[in-house]
Amino acid sequence: MKLDTSGLESFPSLILHGNDVAGEISAPPSFDLPNSNDFDGFLKEAIQMVKPAKGTTTLAFIFKEGVMVAADSRASMGGYISSQSVKKIIEINPYMLGTMAGGAADCQFWHRNLGIKCRLHELANKRRISVTGASKLLANILYSYRGMGLSVGTMIAGWDETGPGLYYVDSEGGRLKGTRFSVGSGSPYAYGVLDSGYKYDMSIEEASELARRAIYHATFRDGASGGVASVYYVGPTGWKKLSGDDVGELHYHYNPVTPSTTVEQEMVDAAAA
Amino acid sequence: MARYDRAITVFSPDGHLFQVEYALEAVRKGNAAVGVRGTDNVVLGVEKKSTAKLQDSRSVRKIVNLDNHIALACAGLKADARVLINRARVECQSHRLTVEDPCTVEYITRYIAGLQQKYTQSGGVRPFGLSTLIVGFDPYTGSPSLYQTDPSGTFSAWKANATGRNSNSIREFLEKNFKETAGQETVKLAIRALLEVVESGGKNIEVAVMTKEDGLRQLEEAEIDAIVAEIEAEKAAAEAAKKAPPKDT
Repeated sequence: MKLDTSGLESFPSLILHGNDVAGEISAPPSFDLPNSNDFDGFLKEAIQMVKPAKGTTTLAFIFKEGVMVAADSRASMGGYISSQSVKKIIEINPYMLGTMAGGAADCQFWHRNLGIKCRLHELANKRRISVTGASKLLANILYSYRGMGLSVGTMIAGWDETGPGLYYVDSEGGRLKGTRFSVGSGSPYAYGVLDSGYKYDMSIEEASELARRAIYHATFRDGASGGVASVYYVGPTGWKKLSGDDVGELHYHYNPVTPSTTVEQEMVDAAAA
Repeated sequence: MARYDRAITVFSPDGHLFQVEYALEAVRKGNAAVGVRGTDNVVLGVEKKSTAKLQDSRSVRKIVNLDNHIALACAGLKADARVLINRARVECQSHRLTVEDPCTVEYITRYIAGLQQKYTQSGGVRPFGLSTLIVGFDPYTGSPSLYQTDPSGTFSAWKANATGRNSNSIREFLEKNFKETAGQETVKLAIRALLEVVESGGKNIEVAVMTKEDGLRQLEEAEIDAIVAEIEAEKAAAEAAKKAPPKDT
């Protein structure tokens, strides 16, 4: 099986290309598959190994002013919370963001790699790459690794000449254009809040509050999501981190403890009444 | 000197790549081709050698499409041109597939020039014996462009240029007479330039105009004849004006 390993090359090898000038399409460098008796079983095990890390909640939506991107920050391995401070929103370049769900290493590496490709595109073509193009580049790479055990469920959000752009790209090779996405184990809860509160004509404050609330509610109900709710905004001048609130504190912000009468006082009042 | 042109990958002591220079010779023997950039269109004109009576002239189109918004004309070895054009067409579609956007004229020119350069730096192959004129509209800014590549793999953008037979005289003419034009004026300028070295008549020139809205349009022989007639009339009028006694102010 030949894979598209162009993402791993940092510099094109001149010696390699010298030999196949006569051919139409030069064969990319390839590597062998692991030797195992039960390849399917091996694959399943590999996927199971990274699966717990998809415990996460990330969301992104397009509205009148741009794109809002939010995520939690918890990493869990089964019942063990391995970290409460994972950066799940990856800065690809000053005007494009990617979210992390699935294998942390896979997401980080391929987003960094995508950043390289975007920069090279800029240098070669003297113009920024579109969100469409960037997401297509990532999707093509992930497609060529299909079935190899990569676990990536990411959203590419950015602002280009055509305005705000949002794409969902996953390791199965799927790529969807949309206006509202949520990815991860907490996504059903986030969708509930996001879909019921969404209006296209929101201000930046309203949108960031909606995103924050959606993440909070997901972390409240989903054990694999928690930590800090980060909210980023992508506008015409690039992305900007708006807030990063601990969800425990957010809980008391949304459900303030009202100072109520103590039990002793109640009993006294009852006797009086 | 003869020892240094056997294998392309060898420099001569005075820094020449002889195979590339011989390829340029092949270009100089090819049909004249001219390109002129206007403010709202780009025009390509190619010298057409008289077709044999039994030959179907439609099968020898010299100006071809690379994509909806990019066209190419060339001078030199036509068989090499076919290979290069096919690779360029695939690359245009490949770009659309990977980035979901049409490529810019500069991108495809860079690709073609890169391809031509590759064949000057490998063993056992010879360079492509053609220079190309690539025209089109930038899909983002909508501005027209004209680029030229040559067998060495260099490329640059031009307001107007010519390649092939007698390209020097055509270029001189263009340098003297070029001004920013639009629409039919650009077509006339291109044809006037070509007529400097080609026998006049619609039979001997092939002209195509690229506009943003309609893409590439090949001009009919009758249309070309009409424009040629206009040009001849203008020339005759200019001659007559020169010969007439100068009026006293």
